[in-house]
Amino acid sequence: MSQELPSALAGIVEDFATMPAAERLPLLLEFSQGLPDLPPRLAEHRELLEPVPECQSPIFLAVEVAGAGEPGAQGSDKPGPDSVVRLHFSAPPEAPTTRGFAGILHEGLDGLTAAEVLAVPDDLPLRLSLTDQVSPLRLRGMSGMLARIKGQVRRALQPA
Amino acid sequence: MSNNVYPEGYSKFAEYADGSRLVSTDWLAENLGTPGIVVVESNEDVLLYDTGHIPGAVKLDWHTELNDSVTRDYLDGAGFAALMASKGIKRTDTVIFYGDKSNWWAAYALWVFRLFGHEDVRLLDGGRAKWQAEGRELTLDKPAISATVYPVVERHDEAIRAYKDDVLAHLGGAMIDVRSPQEYTGERTHMPDYPEEGALRGGHIPGAQSVPWARAANEDGTFKSRAELEAIYLEEKGLSPDDDVIAYCRIGERSSHTWFVLTYLLGFDSVRNYDGSWTEWGNAVRVPIVKGEAPGAIPLDEVR
Repeated sequence: MSQELPSALAGIVEDFATMPAAERLPLLLEFSQGLPDLPPRLAEHRELLEPVPECQSPIFLAVEVAGAGEPGAQGSDKPGPDSVVRLHFSAPPEAPTTRGFAGILHEGLDGLTAAEVLAVPDDLPLRLSLTDQVSPLRLRGMSGMLARIKGQVRRALQPA
Repeated sequence: MSNNVYPEGYSKFAEYADGSRLVSTDWLAENLGTPGIVVVESNEDVLLYDTGHIPGAVKLDWHTELNDSVTRDYLDGAGFAALMASKGIKRTDTVIFYGDKSNWWAAYALWVFRLFGHEDVRLLDGGRAKWQAEGRELTLDKPAISATVYPVVERHDEAIRAYKDDVLAHLGGAMIDVRSPQEYTGERTHMPDYPEEGALRGGHIPGAQSVPWARAANEDGTFKSRAELEAIYLEEKGLSPDDDVIAYCRIGERSSHTWFVLTYLLGFDSVRNYDGSWTEWGNAVRVPIVKGEAPGAIPLDEVR
């Protein structure tokens, strides 16, 4: 039926599913607070970040696939399905829900291989047990982030 | 765009039809904690309150608390009474709303309170962003709420809320679409992987004029002066305060902002918010729409 999740994401989904409903938003807030800042090489080159217009708040992301050339740097090796994927997000503190979703994606996907990221099921946002507490449009925003991450990984694997 | 620069001694609020419906950040700072005043934060972002809020303010979430969980509708009288009791709000309290996104959701919550006839409801001019920009205090402390007894009052929708059938019957009457120009014309940003899921068709309700909500606001989120608002709604759009007006957007939140402007700041007698808005109209079977920049003709067979 449903596709399997990578272990870190499966753990997050499990945490949300098994905790009392009242504790889910505080956990999302923790993810929001735990979202790492952009590394300086990206913070100084925000033009390398991709906006996510599906979100109602301004969020930008950058995906680095090892060997594909880091944004702002020269790459050499050809990226492949086993290349490690690094994720970077930028979202303002006034958008904690969006930051929370970004935090989940960061904790769940950062460091996986390109093939693993591409295999993450697209219905991930709906598996977070948050559909009662977060509006559908918000969850669509998270779907937008995931789709854009996968799009960047795909493009890195198939250079034009 | 003017940004709240007015001559000395000028009182912006005094110019409005009912300026008592607005409070300034200065006023609120001086009156925090006054018995009989409850401050309510209502945001689009469900977590924002929990990152810091005005001291003593209670959180009210539109999605989980004002909506019925199964029917696409608002709470009923008993549900609203229970909600008010849990927030420590009395029927006679002055309730001051503020929130993110230029007070969209604050205006929306205020409008829902009016459906239940809660009398003394006001908006913080400039909302959360202005309070924060002025460096005023925000706290993580949860307010001490003592539960109140709030009467069960039936919701009365007729005066300020329009349903789809009301809008059909109103075609040809004054109508304001407060969405962005792109939403109004029906132009869509279709990207292959990210289809628009909100509505099956793009465009607007026949005859509706486009006045994006933000035209009523200054850059700092405060409302424009009465003269500036009249220039838009009366002179440019030809509305009159005795017109029967319906406002709509996507789900009724931005149009609550415009409903507030027309009702309280300009003193229109009859303004209804169509909360079904484009998510209903754009998906409904056998209702007419218009694409493009012109309001468009009213289909004759729809005029009753």
